[in-house]
Amino acid sequence: MSEGIKIKIGLEIHVQITSLRTKLFCPCSSDYRGKPPNSNVCPVCLGLPGALPVVNKEAVREALKVALALNSRISNMLVFTRKHYFYPDLPKNYQISQYDGVGSLPIAKGGYIKIEDDSLSKVVRIRRINIEEDPGRITYPTGSMVTSPYTLIDYNRSGIALLEIVTEPDLESPREARIFIDKLTSILEHLGVTNPELEGAVRVDANISIEGGERVEIKNIGSPKEVEKALQYEIARQTAIVKSGGKVARETRHWDKNRGVTISSRAKELEEDYRYFPDPDLPPIPITNELIDEVRRSLPELPNERIKRFMSEYKLSRYLAHVIVIRSKVLADAFESAVRKCGNADTIASILVNELLRWVDECHFTIEEGLARLTAERLCKLVQYLKERKLSSKLVKEYVRRVVIEDIDPDELITKGYVSIMDFGYLSNIVDEVFRENPKAVEDAKKNPKAINYLVGQVMKKTKGKADPQITYELIVRRLRENAS
Amino acid sequence: MKLPLTINELKELVQQEPDFLLEYVERTYDIISDIEPRVRAFITLKARERVLKNAEAIMNKIKNKTAGLLAGCLIAVKDNIATKELRTTCASKMLQDFIPPYNATVIERLLREDAIIIGKTNMDEFAMGSTTENSAFFPTKNPWDISRVPGGSSGGSAAATAALEATASIGSDTGGSIRAPAAYTATVGLKPSYGLVSRYGLIAYANSLEQIGPICRSVSDIAIILDVISGFDPRDSTCVRKCPQYGSYTGCVEKQPEGKIRVAIIKEMVSEGVEAPVKTVFNSVLSKLESNDFYVEEVSVPELKYALPTYYIIATAEASSNLARYDGLRYGYHVPVEGKSWYDVFSEVRSIAFGEEVRRRILVGSFVLSAGYYDEYYLKASKVRRIIRDKLLKVLDIFDVIASPTMPILPPKFGERIADPLKLYAMDVNTVPANLSGLPAISLPAGFIGSLPAGLQLIGYMFSECKLLAISKFIEDLLGIAPAIPEVVRSYV
Repeated sequence: MSEGIKIKIGLEIHVQITSLRTKLFCPCSSDYRGKPPNSNVCPVCLGLPGALPVVNKEAVREALKVALALNSRISNMLVFTRKHYFYPDLPKNYQISQYDGVGSLPIAKGGYIKIEDDSLSKVVRIRRINIEEDPGRITYPTGSMVTSPYTLIDYNRSGIALLEIVTEPDLESPREARIFIDKLTSILEHLGVTNPELEGAVRVDANISIEGGERVEIKNIGSPKEVEKALQYEIARQTAIVKSGGKVARETRHWDKNRGVTISSRAKELEEDYRYFPDPDLPPIPITNELIDEVRRSLPELPNERIKRFMSEYKLSRYLAHVIVIRSKVLADAFESAVRKCGNADTIASILVNELLRWVDECHFTIEEGLARLTAERLCKLVQYLKERKLSSKLVKEYVRRVVIEDIDPDELITKGYVSIMDFGYLSNIVDEVFRENPKAVEDAKKNPKAINYLVGQVMKKTKGKADPQITYELIVRRLRENAS
Repeated sequence: MKLPLTINELKELVQQEPDFLLEYVERTYDIISDIEPRVRAFITLKARERVLKNAEAIMNKIKNKTAGLLAGCLIAVKDNIATKELRTTCASKMLQDFIPPYNATVIERLLREDAIIIGKTNMDEFAMGSTTENSAFFPTKNPWDISRVPGGSSGGSAAATAALEATASIGSDTGGSIRAPAAYTATVGLKPSYGLVSRYGLIAYANSLEQIGPICRSVSDIAIILDVISGFDPRDSTCVRKCPQYGSYTGCVEKQPEGKIRVAIIKEMVSEGVEAPVKTVFNSVLSKLESNDFYVEEVSVPELKYALPTYYIIATAEASSNLARYDGLRYGYHVPVEGKSWYDVFSEVRSIAFGEEVRRRILVGSFVLSAGYYDEYYLKASKVRRIIRDKLLKVLDIFDVIASPTMPILPPKFGERIADPLKLYAMDVNTVPANLSGLPAISLPAGFIGSLPAGLQLIGYMFSECKLLAISKFIEDLLGIAPAIPEVVRSYV
């Protein structure tokens, strides 16, 4: 796509601290989703005249957890800074945030995350971590700002605690960006800070530049999954400009996920002047070593440690352990509870990774929804039937599909006769049939044992996958021997 | 029966005869009907019938001996303090129809002690001014001389208190806004130590400088109200949690201060800018103090010459930020929005609904916070502020109080000062140091030049309100001026 061109990507990831009961500066509930518009508000988060913010101490603890997990340097003072810009979703027309500058300080600076894949192992540096408040939400009745006759604003989200995690521009491809986000999300989920499955809980802005061009910021990339697509599009767009002799201008663009394109929103020739200054309503609070130590002691097992443990304790391959842990903490938890119930870690891991995730992704289910159907109990039944050879591994795949999609119990499928065919006589007849219909393949199989699989496949096809693969194999080998003699 | 002039007198009378409370309300409203058309202290005044109803309920509490500390006190509240279901305008077109859905913490505390909020008083728009001429609605007149300003920005509160339109009033002080009008109306006004009184519900002008405080006709009244409104509030992060002198300020004024009282006069607060008649009143107070065993010494704090510019940089910076929220979208002044962009609507609303002085301070504040100028102005001002605070604290390590004329000039006539912003700002020269340093400061009636009052300012150490009030009471008794009643209402006493 863009081989040879040097790409620099930095991410700004906004993560809602969904573990909190209340908003960042007021007693309103942090659970704003699904409530009637503007019902989860108070004078503070509406920015009414005279109302004052009071920081939610739990939010600070959650931020410290993240800072520790990302190996960041924690500041000795908690300082909040006002960031000014006029926008209708911002009730005070400034956001209470943090800033790295004179008189201001982010809660943590520096740090890193190591990302890994089959062909990749690198360290991505973190620049800083901010605590800040979420703005309200703007809705356009037609879905587009241009065509809507009016705009609706819902302040239920206003004041929700956010962490802004900013990386250095260390990422060099859209794929790396996705792997990074997956890893970060997994860490946050293991810390219990956020539930990434909630809509809007994790939102990404990306800065991208290609060699010789200015930095372009892509805002509003709804979900981590969209990041890779948005970046791919943007690289193609910028590469085309450069190739045709043009110059990539510094600007902010928005990702339009419906059309799969980025749209220019404003030229960014000048740095916007946010008139940062420390919020006089929130005097600095010391962050003591005692507090940091206390938070450190409470840190749970993090993804890297868990992957290692899965490899040593359950003898999983690096690949399976990595996918289970990084994809979702919920998945890793489900894996462990099934293994506790019926052992067979390797079988369970491959069912989850190869079968469950496939159908969850194809059907756009959440992992929770998938696991609510493929329960530990049902998983263990499948493992048992596989061992008893009541089901072939091929049938297990089919079972998982139906369990996930139809929410059907494996036992029900068994009762319906949906089991492996182990009847020698019946299978012999099918094998005969296949031999008659595929003389060439039979000749091949005589010379090359690997070609036997083709014949097995043909039997499977005729039995709709129900033939016991081992018996079928033995019957075919016997038959070939008979033919040869 | 005699019209009570202080809270204690009122309390005594209603203890003896609870029914007197209704009479007190009636007589106060009679004064208001007479005087208010000339003085114009109130933006919003509660109807007589409504207040009588409140008084009746409290009267019953008094009879049942369940009434609070301020039972039946008629309190006038500056219109920048949020009152639930009672219009709160900040004397601005921007908020002319704004009805808060909540009470400020001080209002809750006043109501808890059975005070009655009688109305909301006039002020300079968003508390920006020293004369109450900057009100978007009308200026308030000084009850001592109708042709002169009552001081500001809490001019309505002070005028209402002086003209017996209320038992006492509540104001706010960002750079002298309680003390200036107290000095000009011969009332007592206290700006408490920063953090002593909750700011929750005070519509912010400059958060790091301002405090809510009482304006009364006597030091004892100040102590009672301070007892009610002070103390930690979990809704204000700048409200201090611990302070050894919390509690009974009333007790502080009941006994004479111990030992020789050491008073510092800061040379820079009594020099060029101070008008001769003001100086004369101040000097006569000083000689009275000295002849009553006070130790008075002049010291110099040269850094005070930077106090005014420092104050105006910090105050305007914070104001530009605090006032950003007024965009006409959720509440406040509204314009038709059809076919306009946000930015056009915001600009239109803010151009129409903010007065000139407010716009000036927002622009200055935006400038001093903008990239490239932040270090030169805001940051530098913050440093100077710390230096001034340290210097004043050093003086107060040795002295009990710093004394000065509250205002450098007599109450100006309307239009006299407001035309030139620099002249207007210069009126605050002696009051802003206490705001920059967070120190408590009080203004007492010091004397008169003709019919015009002059004030004495006393500044104390951080959270030394108990001592400050005790010394104030002592001086008040010495001078024998309070309660000072202007000629226009003397017939009611």
